[in-house]
Amino acid sequence: MLALLILLSGCSAVVLKPAGDIAVQQRDLIIISTVLMLLIIVPVIFLSLFFAWRYRASNRDARYEPDWHHSTQLELIIWSAPLLIIIALGALTWITTHTLDPYRPVERLDAARRLPADAKTLDVQVVALDWKWLFIYPGYGIATVNELAAPVDTPIHFTLTASSVMNSFFIPALAGQVYAMPAMQTQLHAVINAPGEFEGFSANYSGAGFSDMKFKFHGLAQADFARWVERVKRDGTALRREDYQQLEKPSVREPVRHYATVDASLFDAIVNLCVDRTKMCMSQMMAIDAQGGIGGLAGIANVANLAYDRPRAIAAGERPRGNYVLSMCSADLVPAAFSSRLAASAAR
Amino acid sequence: MHETANTTSFLFGRLSWDAIPFHEPILLWTFIAVAIGGVALLALITRLGAWGMLWRDWFTSVDHKKIGIMYIVLGVVMLLRGFSDAIMMRIQQAWAFGDSMGYLPPHHYDQIFTAHGVIMIFFVAMPLVVGLMNIVVPLQIGARDVAFPFLNNFSFWMTVAGAVLVMLSLFVGEFAKTGWLAYPPLSGIAYSPDVGVDYYAWSLQIAGVGTLLSGVNFIVTIVKMRAPGMTLMKMPIFTWTALCTNVLIVAAFPVLTAVLALLSLDRYVGTNFFTNDFGGNAMMYVNLIWIWGHPEVYILILPVFGVFSEVVSTFSGKKLFGYASMVYATVVITILSYLVWLHHFFTMGSGASVNSFFGITTMIISIPTGAKMFNWLFTMYRGRIRFEVPMLWAVGFMVTFVVGGMTGVLLAVPPADFVLHNSLFLIAHFHNVIIGGVVFGLFAGINYWFPKAMGFRLDPFWGKVSFWFWLSGYWIAFTPLYVLGLMGVTRRLSHFDDPSLQIWFQIALVGAVLILFGIMAFLVQLYVSIRDRARLRDSSGDPWNGRTLEWSTSSPAPAYNFAFTPRVHEQDAWADMKQRGHRRPTSGFLPIHMPKNTAAGIVLAGLAMACGFALIWHIWWMAGAAFVALVASAIAHTFNSDRDFHIPAEEVARVEGERTRLLAQQV
Repeated sequence: MLALLILLSGCSAVVLKPAGDIAVQQRDLIIISTVLMLLIIVPVIFLSLFFAWRYRASNRDARYEPDWHHSTQLELIIWSAPLLIIIALGALTWITTHTLDPYRPVERLDAARRLPADAKTLDVQVVALDWKWLFIYPGYGIATVNELAAPVDTPIHFTLTASSVMNSFFIPALAGQVYAMPAMQTQLHAVINAPGEFEGFSANYSGAGFSDMKFKFHGLAQADFARWVERVKRDGTALRREDYQQLEKPSVREPVRHYATVDASLFDAIVNLCVDRTKMCMSQMMAIDAQGGIGGLAGIANVANLAYDRPRAIAAGERPRGNYVLSMCSADLVPAAFSSRLAASAAR
Repeated sequence: MHETANTTSFLFGRLSWDAIPFHEPILLWTFIAVAIGGVALLALITRLGAWGMLWRDWFTSVDHKKIGIMYIVLGVVMLLRGFSDAIMMRIQQAWAFGDSMGYLPPHHYDQIFTAHGVIMIFFVAMPLVVGLMNIVVPLQIGARDVAFPFLNNFSFWMTVAGAVLVMLSLFVGEFAKTGWLAYPPLSGIAYSPDVGVDYYAWSLQIAGVGTLLSGVNFIVTIVKMRAPGMTLMKMPIFTWTALCTNVLIVAAFPVLTAVLALLSLDRYVGTNFFTNDFGGNAMMYVNLIWIWGHPEVYILILPVFGVFSEVVSTFSGKKLFGYASMVYATVVITILSYLVWLHHFFTMGSGASVNSFFGITTMIISIPTGAKMFNWLFTMYRGRIRFEVPMLWAVGFMVTFVVGGMTGVLLAVPPADFVLHNSLFLIAHFHNVIIGGVVFGLFAGINYWFPKAMGFRLDPFWGKVSFWFWLSGYWIAFTPLYVLGLMGVTRRLSHFDDPSLQIWFQIALVGAVLILFGIMAFLVQLYVSIRDRARLRDSSGDPWNGRTLEWSTSSPAPAYNFAFTPRVHEQDAWADMKQRGHRRPTSGFLPIHMPKNTAAGIVLAGLAMACGFALIWHIWWMAGAAFVALVASAIAHTFNSDRDFHIPAEEVARVEGERTRLLAQQV
């Protein structure tokens, strides 16, 4: 197994020979954990085969003790040996899970170089669509489809979401994957250390076009990246909400596209499922829900809060009449007991 | 293709001729082959005049041994279907490179990998595990049947009903294209409007009722019906693992039922538990399904740990090393299996502390599992090992399973999981533990207990052929998948661009073909053994020099299992009885009180299946009628008081006399 690992790292096994520092640390962790476990796995495999051979029925020289079935010392060893290994591995897990948390900004460029104090982070907003990838660069006001580029030795901060179903954003050479999910936002921090062209794809099955949901990730030298941005700005078109609504329709093997300008509120609208302006944003719905929603007792106050109109015919001081379909009862029937509550929320 | 068929009629709901796959040659030929085979089988049964025998002695039987055998037949038949799916995927992935799209379009391929997972877990592994428990547990604890014999028959037929629905989806409509756990929103009505997910949900719901009731049945049986003297710490290890497994079933399956019910509500009545609409939350589904899903893998593996404990101890001619620590290890695994579910989705944005917690609890499970491994090792130590077929499977398991255990712990390290999750490395890992653990264990168990169920041993030559094909086939099929996972190749792809990957998929296909030979050798083994049953006859009842109570009675065991309830003084009760010169009583037999056969199980399950089918196709009148009939039949069945009878003492004396004669011939 170990020999196989070493052999593989020589050839095209990208997980064992990545180009980004996060993936390199993940690779190291795989190798350290494997070696740690082989300490116990190898003896067990060896003993299984050795005992099977040594105590075969035809070997009359081997000792036979049909009633020997307990040994406190041995029991102590067989419970504590795996325990010790798991204590070591558990400590390693606790530390590395925190240091390699995808939500944690990178703290170094690679094993030898710390992050320079003036390092500028590249922000990329990633949207998994049916079945292609949209990348928005809010810092540059540009966007691309099925093509991602980043300057080498620059921290990258990805914010991820999806338009319809769950996908997983994965560039094995750069860093581990993180899911991109509709109406949710996840994050990934990484850094690419070597220029080159790397594979990126969705690692979570998302329907018929899933197999072709791939893109190229270009690690570029700083100057090349600047030129790439210029090119996107030069030959790209505009990505407005309407363009996005066209783009998000299911399609496969979508060619690379460039957008020179992007609606600044687009990503936020995608996460909140309200690119279509006729839809209520999730954030608005959640704000109402946080106050208790529109059902139940809390709903009485919340629905009253959503009534903005003051019919002119009603004289000052008189209660407005309303017809609230979604409330338990109309606001003018709210018992006096809740009037203080209404007053409190009105004050808010 | 059915997305367009949105017309529904009162009489047939969504069902129309479009649902029959005339235009898909693979399915059409499969259907023709199945139809011809089916008609031939029915004709053969009719010609042999075997319908009455099948109905009286098998379908309506409440005898746990016969139900166990029927479970195993179901599992083996479904194994053929599940494996066909597997080899079709292997062929597609070895073929579809570059310009070649292979022979399966995504529409078909996606159904196949979903069906493969669902069938292998629910309709192969589960029936085989439950089948073994059925045959063995009552015999091991010295009982005459399970606690609720009718319920047992009903559970079996509910499992069959689920399996039939899944099989039906092959020819009527289609199966889910969502992956075996059907994550929403993909499995929601917006993205999967066809019948596939409905087939999935209803077949699992119906089979799940059977599994849950069977779990209740076995817990009560093991807790209440042990022979006098058999305290918990004198119980055979297989019974211990069966007890823990059934506790897991009873605690976990209601979660599956609930989560599938919520998904069905989303699909049928427009609720929004897991949709994007109205603030539904798909993460809730992912959590719930894995709260069932992780215990499920222990439901499968714990009983086969029990099988290996029995097999290693018997064929080493020794008491099991560290019985007490084996029991504690099993119980610890049972409890811990509920504290690890999140490790299936470290990559969905949980915080580092949450991920570490679930990673470390997962690793902790490897400690009792490791202890078990050492206990088997030291059972072999200073033993006298007979390499009969079950023991071969046990040694094959020990060297294969530890590798799967190691890669499993590796996947439990969250940062490592970030690069390995959903990759073919993961696929290799869980096939490593499910084939190398569960399947090897089931074959060990089937070879080991076959004489007890059928009265003759399985042919050892073809058993060995099957073992070596499976062992080599497993390694050749799945080592390339480990490699591909490290090359960053993800699962469920039906087409590849990078030609350098192709060779690994071709090697994996060779492995799958070897496994095919392994399965064929097993079928030949069954055929040869039935043909040569006289030569392989087990007239002693104890062909392996066994150690537990099931070997104290005849093979096959009589309907009443034990003429006199045995008294237990030690662990390994039968070995203890043999050592102390136990003499079989040959007189003084009494009439034995037994449960009567009933058709209620098959009728209820048939109605449940009709109800499920009608719900899948939106045939509301039929769903309503079947449901009312189901409830009415269940109530009517409670009025049936003609449920038991006595086997007369003379009959018992005759059967036991026959056994005395056979035993005398032995000496």
